Amino acid sequence: MMKRRALDLWVGVFVAIGLGALLFLALKVGNLGSFSAAKTYLVKANFDNIGGLKKRAPVKSAGVVVGRVEDIGFDTKTYEAEVTLSIDSRYQFPKDTSAKILTAGLLGEQYVGLSAGGDTAMLKNGDTLKLTQSAVVLENLISQFLFSKAADGSGSSSSGGNSNSSGNSSGKGSK
Amino acid sequence: MTAVLDFLENLGARAIAVVDRLGFATRFLLLTLRNSGMCFRRFSLVLREIYYAGVLSLIIILVSGLFVGMVLGLQGYDTLERYGSSSALGVLVALSLVRELGPVVSGLLFASRAGSAITAEIGLMKATEQLAAMEMMAVDPIARVIAPRFWAGVISMPLLAAMFSAMGVFGGYLVGVRLIGVDAGSFWSQMQAAVDFREDILNGVIKSLVFGIAVTWIAVFEGYDAPPTAEGVSGATTRTVVTSSLSILALDFILTALMFRGA
Repeated sequence: MMKRRALDLWVGVFVAIGLGALLFLALKVGNLGSFSAAKTYLVKANFDNIGGLKKRAPVKSAGVVVGRVEDIGFDTKTYEAEVTLSIDSRYQFPKDTSAKILTAGLLGEQYVGLSAGGDTAMLKNGDTLKLTQSAVVLENLISQFLFSKAADGSGSSSSGGNSNSSGNSSGKGSK
Repeated sequence: MTAVLDFLENLGARAIAVVDRLGFATRFLLLTLRNSGMCFRRFSLVLREIYYAGVLSLIIILVSGLFVGMVLGLQGYDTLERYGSSSALGVLVALSLVRELGPVVSGLLFASRAGSAITAEIGLMKATEQLAAMEMMAVDPIARVIAPRFWAGVISMPLLAAMFSAMGVFGGYLVGVRLIGVDAGSFWSQMQAAVDFREDILNGVIKSLVFGIAVTWIAVFEGYDAPPTAEGVSGATTRTVVTSSLSILALDFILTALMFRGA
């Protein structure tokens, strides 16, 4: 049988390597510590249509990740999607900041883009963003395009095309 | 008519045998858990078993992890290159290792490397009446022999799986970045953006913990239940490897369905 000391030593080395591997996975592979430990505040935003937005999607401002989508709900009174954003408290935004749902690349994942406004008061925990712009739904965009093409073809005036597709098209977003 | 009756009788006997064995195994597990107090008071017992189950499995786990990661790097690059997204190689390597391959492959290796050894040892102790001798000396064989081996396996398995995954990511890095020449920055940054600590890494650790419990439970039970003959011990060892491999794969499906559905 092995000496007791050597055995303890080997088990210690084993456990140390195991925990080291776990730490490597957490820090280098999973990038823990850049966000989840930081303090955040919650802000709500209502959208007509969130497209394919998912929980934990990034919230970006000027391309920098400043938070995550915390929760997605549905408001039964206004029939709008209610998206809760958790934003790192290092980043303060003015009260009239607007939120858009954007797509990374042509077919990439969707994220929330924030553009800062000019208000002097800052957003607080629990505030709601007033200015929002929905996700671009490709089908609506195409049907709008086809409608305006058809309208052009039949020789009517240019204003005929854009009145049809209701609600969640790309142009009509802020409210 | 009698043929049908015979068939039904056979079926019934088999079903009863399966349920009986399952119940015996569950009661054995509960008994082991209840008698685990001693091995935490005398932790050196568990340490010794961690040495045999964990430390001696280090080489096979590390080397297999490295090679699995390197193969993932080669194959993943080959496929991703067709879509012009070879920079996502890090994501592919890390996610497949952390979520699936790490826990499952190291679980299979652990079952055949350590599980079979545990079964053979306990089975042989039973065949040579060492367990009976312990009982004669008023030493509970479950607390003295079974429980330390069980806890050693449960502790070792998640550590081994983490090492496997880390080694695999390193292997993927070696092949992808060093050999093929994928950009190191995008390899790591895309990986870090895509791998979530709770969703991916922690779920992988939970998986490996469940596999560790299943494998060591099966191993100690088969050893304890082995017929006390040379043939019986060899049969029990084979059964340990087969049963625990199959249950790892089945449990993996169930856990994956629970963890990653819909997200």
